[in-house]
Amino acid sequence: MKLTLKIWRQKDANDKGRLETYQLDNVSEHMSFLEMMDVLNEQLIAEGQVPVAFDHDCREGICGMCSMHINGEPHGPDRGVTTCQLHMRKFKDGDTIYVEPFRAKGFPIIKDLVVDRSAFDRIQHAGGFVSVNTSGNTQDANAIPIPKDDADKAFDAATCIGCGACVAACKNASAMLFVSAKVSQFALLPQGKVEAKRRVINMVEQMDKEGFGNCSNTGACEVECPKGISLENIARMNREYLKATILSE
Amino acid sequence: MSVLDAKIPEGPIKEKWTNHKNNINVVNPANKRLIDVIVVGTGLAGGSASASLAELGYNVKAFCFQDSPRRAHSIAAQGGINAAKNYQNDGDSVYRLFYDTVKGGDYRAREGNVYRLAEVSANIIDQCVAQGVPFAREYGGLLDNRSFGGVLVSRTFYAKGQTGQQLLLGAYSAMNRQIGKGKIQMYNRHEMLELVVVDGKARGIIARNLVTGSIERHSAHAVVIASGGYGNVFYLSTNAMGSNVTASWRIHKKGAYFANPCYTQIHPTCIPRSGDYQSKLTLMSESLRNDGRIWVPKNKADVEAIRNGSKSPVELSEEERDYYLERRYPAFGNLVPRDVASRAAKERCDAGYGVNETGEAVFLDFSSAIMRYGKEKANILGEADASKERIRELGEGVIESKYGNLFQMYEKITDDNPYKTPMKIYPAVHYTMGGIWVDYNLMTTIPGCYAAGEANFSDHGANRLGASALMQGLADGYFVLPYTIGDYLSDDIRTGPISTDTPEFEEAEKSVKDRLEAFINNKGTKSVDYFHKRLGRVMWDKVGMARNEQGLKEAIEEIRQIREEFHKDVFVPGEMNELNPELEKAARVADFLELGELFALDALHRTESCGGHFREESQTEEGEAKRDDNTFAYVAAWEWTGDPGKSNLHKEELTFNDIELKQRSYK
Repeated sequence: MKLTLKIWRQKDANDKGRLETYQLDNVSEHMSFLEMMDVLNEQLIAEGQVPVAFDHDCREGICGMCSMHINGEPHGPDRGVTTCQLHMRKFKDGDTIYVEPFRAKGFPIIKDLVVDRSAFDRIQHAGGFVSVNTSGNTQDANAIPIPKDDADKAFDAATCIGCGACVAACKNASAMLFVSAKVSQFALLPQGKVEAKRRVINMVEQMDKEGFGNCSNTGACEVECPKGISLENIARMNREYLKATILSE
Repeated sequence: MSVLDAKIPEGPIKEKWTNHKNNINVVNPANKRLIDVIVVGTGLAGGSASASLAELGYNVKAFCFQDSPRRAHSIAAQGGINAAKNYQNDGDSVYRLFYDTVKGGDYRAREGNVYRLAEVSANIIDQCVAQGVPFAREYGGLLDNRSFGGVLVSRTFYAKGQTGQQLLLGAYSAMNRQIGKGKIQMYNRHEMLELVVVDGKARGIIARNLVTGSIERHSAHAVVIASGGYGNVFYLSTNAMGSNVTASWRIHKKGAYFANPCYTQIHPTCIPRSGDYQSKLTLMSESLRNDGRIWVPKNKADVEAIRNGSKSPVELSEEERDYYLERRYPAFGNLVPRDVASRAAKERCDAGYGVNETGEAVFLDFSSAIMRYGKEKANILGEADASKERIRELGEGVIESKYGNLFQMYEKITDDNPYKTPMKIYPAVHYTMGGIWVDYNLMTTIPGCYAAGEANFSDHGANRLGASALMQGLADGYFVLPYTIGDYLSDDIRTGPISTDTPEFEEAEKSVKDRLEAFINNKGTKSVDYFHKRLGRVMWDKVGMARNEQGLKEAIEEIRQIREEFHKDVFVPGEMNELNPELEKAARVADFLELGELFALDALHRTESCGGHFREESQTEEGEAKRDDNTFAYVAAWEWTGDPGKSNLHKEELTFNDIELKQRSYK
């Protein structure tokens, strides 16, 4: 099929940036979206132009490195997939496709479609861990039974890949879904409960410092999340936060 | 040729590690604060090593080329992690895990290292649970296990199909705690491009800041390389796009021997390639072979009809199908080890029975399992006279609960519904058992330079068992390196900070700059990918699943040719001092083009077959891999001499005191 691509080009953080138009023929419907971008880049290189910079790595939907706002949606029109798993059969011959970076104050643009998501790392530094040394002399793994439902819910929260689609989808650029997934994982497990109060307060504080917005319960994040992280986690984080602030001195 | 000293401690195998830990030097906590350690790579090995070393008190500088340590490719591991916990009371033990691993590796691994791996495996599970890793559990609240290929017990711990992700996030969280404390300095979007050696010791690295393009000097008292495997030398593999050999290759060129480069694992169940634009291959977990049956049509006419779409595979009767694994290996059937299953698929496809347009695919069929589970379910529900359609429906529900996310992944990629028609699969490059040679302490042949995880060669021999890569990465990083590195660093407590303002750093930095500038100034006509794809084709065709003398000799010539053309004609757009993905790729492919030749040379010299290395000249009458223990029971460690084709071979003899060498059989 033939496509018209409108792609955001921005040389670096200081450049103003603009949409450029590219024509691409011979796109196979079996290609992934990123393979289509590869073909475009090979075409640009053959013409002596600078290819479009975009983040990607595992190309199987688990590393969370790929981003892209495609036709107004993070990771494009398909549901439950990252951009690397989006296939061109979701588009039609003759389509015009708009490709932009994730846009949020907390995710400054580095170049073209590449954004800086290190704010997510800094939120994790503030409390996304259990304070236990890697000595190997902890107690036996089966010493504390954990109800299967709690373990499963903790796992579901822990499948977040940290891609930032929730922030990009949110009109407030809120990072609540991301932060609540980590808070929930640990709050549901006995190993994480010990520091639950400190954790939620520190992580929320860092989240606010990074310039992410508040949650107004629109739910766009849950719809666009490639891993189906549930809004329940946000409710749980609010509860944990309230508990922590009321009960702390 | 010298004899390599692996420094395996004396004594019975069960006491080696304990005695060794008791006898090695340690650094007192106050002195650890005076010592810096660089860790390159933040996957399971690098992440766990960084966190553990920082906890001990060392100043750690960690590097990854991704935008966050959480994205390292360990994240993509699906199935599980082995540990000799014996929670199932099915006879598992440290010895049995040790034995299975040595046998699975076709007797080409080092006994001492493998025993230690089995010994610390149980600690890994304790550690991860304490960190809040949400492993699968049973209704009683205890941990669940499943089985994997090549073993007779249930020792695999898992978190659905995302075990690697959960374990890596555990290591990442341990890192985050230390980053927050300032004990780890994290360098995201940085790539190591050179090792700096001062007075014969590893004392730092040259790294490029991938955002600004600036070349930076970083010093330390020791350097740990945990940068993963080199499967991307084949261009197409299940590795991430950025996975590369550069860190390993750079230390190799500075004196670290590269061991057994030809030992590569080709995983039997991956989604076949579909076109020239293809950028990577996607794995379908080994667990699917518990319920899927692998087959091709018996008759060529049916093959033709399926390829041109005039016949659907479901129309073929049982008699018209060749379940070739069940036919050839009645005892293990569809659950033979990875190397055996891959070769059998290739044999059928080479004979003209491949079932897609490219002729490189076989069927993985769940219909028998769907009907079997459906009948069971109908009985449970009291629907004894359920119709065939009803049974099918119930059976599909059971399969979905077991493998739902894998089936969804398959459908998204191929647009085929695997519940209705069989999956098409084909082998693909997945893991490299070979890597940097290390001694028992995980130190390379450069003093102060260590290699951990997939980057080293030590534990899997010529074939890795499923669910053992995660075990090894975490064992190296959490439980081995933190001890062994102290022994070396105890000599360094009075050294003080290492200056980067020395001729050695100056020279290393200059060599990096010259190398990168040459790419930018080359102004050739072809893209980096053009050359990488050509290299991959040669590797796959002639150094892939089956190798022979003539093909390997041709491959060496062709790789040299491609390398020469690459340096003459590659075009790298953009500048040095900016984010430039093409420049990053060019530097990596240049190293792959050298490694590829050494890889082929190693495969050429090893005229036996073993594990993932299959020489057509060395096979049994039934076409199975035939080892030659008299000649080849050694590790081939190659020394750089300036030309990959003229590398020096050093041998580490493998001695087996606790396990008897036998021909593997899965009949």
